[in-house]
Amino acid sequence: MSLVAAELERNGIATVSIQLLRSVAQRVQPPRALFVPFRHGYPLDAPGESARQHAVLEAALRLFELPTIAGPLLVDFDPASP
Amino acid sequence: MGEFSEFSLGTRALLRMYRWRQIDPVPWTSLSKPLAECRLALVSSAGFVRNGQTPFDESLRGGDFSFREIPNDTDVSELRDFHRSDSFDHAGLLHDPNLAFPLDRVRELAESGRVGSLTHTHISFMGSIPAPGRLVRDTAPEAARLLKDAGTDIALLVPV
Repeated sequence: MSLVAAELERNGIATVSIQLLRSVAQRVQPPRALFVPFRHGYPLDAPGESARQHAVLEAALRLFELPTIAGPLLVDFDPASP
Repeated sequence: MGEFSEFSLGTRALLRMYRWRQIDPVPWTSLSKPLAECRLALVSSAGFVRNGQTPFDESLRGGDFSFREIPNDTDVSELRDFHRSDSFDHAGLLHDPNLAFPLDRVRELAESGRVGSLTHTHISFMGSIPAPGRLVRDTAPEAARLLKDAGTDIALLVPV
């Protein structure tokens, strides 16, 4: 997915990639990435839990709003964050 | 969670030995307007197809590098998980496709005004593409053109 993200960025589309493996994200270097501490198959935390899914999506959206001007940007999701 | 320990020994060995492609230079697009004015697209690698679409091909050597367009008005109950991997638990995806293709959630984001709008179509790939040459050369650029032509400003990429 990181390779797709890079292609989107080259076409003028800003991206945030949710990542389940921090070490892989560090190696591949997607432009903006949110590392989530969930197991594979559960990238947005919990099925049927809208609020928990929104918490991950909101954390991802905030990466777009950071004043960063160059990547790679890798931020950890804090499950305790509001 | 979040590292190789959740996988079988064989999968762990493959992941450790795999030659991950490093993105270099790292491309970067800055937002030119507030999120509330941006059009958002979803890109997922969970291998979902909509009812009536051709499933991903698990038998392709090197992985299925194709993608499916998922119209924005798709009911998530129509999404079917065709991901080839048996190295993760599919139960959550079966119960709630939003877990890796959060169509309902991004619709709510648009309705609340957190983002401006959604693209008329979103993109579904199937991950586990150990030989990504054709993805990089052909289908990723094709998906990018499609989303660019749809006026996409931002994309959220969700793995599985």
